Amino acid sequence: MTQAEIKLCSLLLQEHFGEIVEKIGVHLVRTGSQPLRVIAHDTGTSLDQVKKALCVLVQHNLVSYQVHKRGVVEYEAQCSRVLRMLRYPRYIYTTKTLYSDTGELIVEELLLNGKLTMSAVVKKVADRLTETMEDGKTMDYAEVSNTFVRLADTHFVQRCPSVPTTENSDPGPPPPAPTLVMNEKDMYLVPKLSLIGKGKRRRSSDEEAAGEPKAKRPKHTTDNKEPIPDDGIYWQANLDRFHQHFRDQAIVSAVANRMDQIFRSLPVGYNISKQVLDQYLTLLADDPLEFVGKSGDSGGGMYVINLHKALASLATATLESVVQERFGSRCARIFRLVLQKKHLEQKQVEDFAMIPAKEAKDMLYKMLSENFISLQEIPKTPDHAPSRTFYLYTVNILSAARMLLHRCYKSIANLIERRQFETKENKRLLEKSQRVEAIIASMQATGAEEAQLQEIEEMITAPERQQLETLKRNVNKLDASEIQVDETIFLLESYIECTMKRL
Amino acid sequence: MAGNKGRRRAAYTFNIEAVGFSKGEKLPDVVLKPPPLFPDTDYKPVPLKTGEGEEYMLALKQELRETMKRMPYFIETPEERQDIERYSKRYMKVYKEEWIPDWRRLPREMMPRNKCKKAGPKPKKAKDAGKGTSLTNTADVLKKIEELEKRGDGEKSDEENEEKEGSKEKSKEGEDDEDDDAAEQEEYDEEDQEEENDYIHSYFEDGDDFGADSDDNMDEATY
Repeated sequence: MTQAEIKLCSLLLQEHFGEIVEKIGVHLVRTGSQPLRVIAHDTGTSLDQVKKALCVLVQHNLVSYQVHKRGVVEYEAQCSRVLRMLRYPRYIYTTKTLYSDTGELIVEELLLNGKLTMSAVVKKVADRLTETMEDGKTMDYAEVSNTFVRLADTHFVQRCPSVPTTENSDPGPPPPAPTLVMNEKDMYLVPKLSLIGKGKRRRSSDEEAAGEPKAKRPKHTTDNKEPIPDDGIYWQANLDRFHQHFRDQAIVSAVANRMDQIFRSLPVGYNISKQVLDQYLTLLADDPLEFVGKSGDSGGGMYVINLHKALASLATATLESVVQERFGSRCARIFRLVLQKKHLEQKQVEDFAMIPAKEAKDMLYKMLSENFISLQEIPKTPDHAPSRTFYLYTVNILSAARMLLHRCYKSIANLIERRQFETKENKRLLEKSQRVEAIIASMQATGAEEAQLQEIEEMITAPERQQLETLKRNVNKLDASEIQVDETIFLLESYIECTMKRL
Repeated sequence: MAGNKGRRRAAYTFNIEAVGFSKGEKLPDVVLKPPPLFPDTDYKPVPLKTGEGEEYMLALKQELRETMKRMPYFIETPEERQDIERYSKRYMKVYKEEWIPDWRRLPREMMPRNKCKKAGPKPKKAKDAGKGTSLTNTADVLKKIEELEKRGDGEKSDEENEEKEGSKEKSKEGEDDEDDDAAEQEEYDEEDQEEENDYIHSYFEDGDDFGADSDDNMDEATY
């Protein structure tokens, strides 16, 4: 784990779970697998705190445990999973586009809680949806269940590994930790539940649906004396499935951009005549991007999507774009040239790019110093004398992608730190504005005159208001930047993962 | 090396012209400090993407951040006891739902070894009395005293170490019994613990009884 990744993990954990969890989590990310006592000792935290932190981390699938010999349980953090917390808004928004509000809330609850039983999810989501509905209307559990089933069918949510059911006649002491098992067949199997009921508003005490089998307890008790029908069956969001979806989206939009005019004139729905389809496919197959390949003529032509090539193209496009925006279009031209020709000498670069020698050198060295381009030495003589060696410029896409990914992690860490700094600087003002808002809200609820409200609002002076506006704008910009950098991270990570699998 | 001994002039091992400097030209200064923290960029960054999706995700992100802070998974750092107990602080505490993990899915060592049973539900108390080794009772009392003394000095794990060495097997037994109980593991309810301070046990009406009640802790003489 690079320092940049560890730093980013630290910031994310701290923002989402507080400093104690952050301390334990970062320690595990840094040092790898460790038992409970060692963690407590090394971090100087009380055993009690460490336990709480670990419970939270395990609940959110960020830390896993394993029983080692002599009954010692060791805990290990999944750094890459921690970094996925950056992508939560994207997962939730994607679900909204595919399964509308109900689906969105299901995934949101699963991400916020790490793992939940289906009945718990359905209840929470129904309650939340009911809050947003008009007075008197409630959300039925059945509708939420249906959406849940659809999400499970399309693999966007999956079951967590479960505790194996042992017979009571098991001799000997119970193991120090359960070994969770996952039956592949059951991963998306929805338990047969008959969830009957409707969502409840937080304040209405008389609006109780008749015949509700669930315990009618107020919201803040999690105790449920009645047996939960799907006890022990927990569900989590299936991030890999979302990644698949993002990848497909990226490829489709890339191709669409490429074939702009054609795609726009493509009729909606699949009513394309065979001839037209043939033409498009040939076009796609012949495209130098090589996203689509023709792998035979059976059935009139077998077309296949070359995922690796597609991801490589996307990663390369990202690199080109970064070079262009950082160093200028002439640099970008040189970069693309070296990319195309694979290896070029200094002189050749100047000739092909049609850029004067001095400038070309300058640009090449700038890119070299930032590791977008690398030098390949080819000695002419066995003694590797510099004057008798070829120095060829080349672009190693994999290592450049890794370098850029590392920079992305650093960027996001910087963005988060800056945002926290901005918020801290204006803490006093923010608190004041929150108090004023609370006062106004309570006054409005009890029916106050316009003049009184005006007076309260004036508690915040005009320059303070200006300051708040600026703060809001800055925080929004920083947040939006984080989301966008995460998109680049996704592309680069996908490419690197795909390439590493093929090696 | 021996060959260079007589040479006075600086010589490079490679052809300097290949790098772009003409012979004899003054080389740029050696940089003796780290690059500036915020270097000037020649090219301004591309503006951020805007659109319905991006705006929605932004709002979501900010909402999620706030929501996470209110979830039971967000563990607050116990603040240092301030010089003056601010009255308003008690009423500004955000109410957090309690979260009890599914102990069946976690290693057994994760369960808090809660020897300090407060004035909790009756069945628990009865069970405690029933378990009765004298060791537990004294440990309990000692624990209570220690807690009262040490409250506000941050958490020490001495008591826990003591307790572990003293009653390891006992706790294992205890856990199997506790498993059946509906979880009222107070360990997670820090709020409750904090409430147990002098203000509950001794009720002040006005300033009159102040001196009389806290004789134990006051060093000064009462007037």
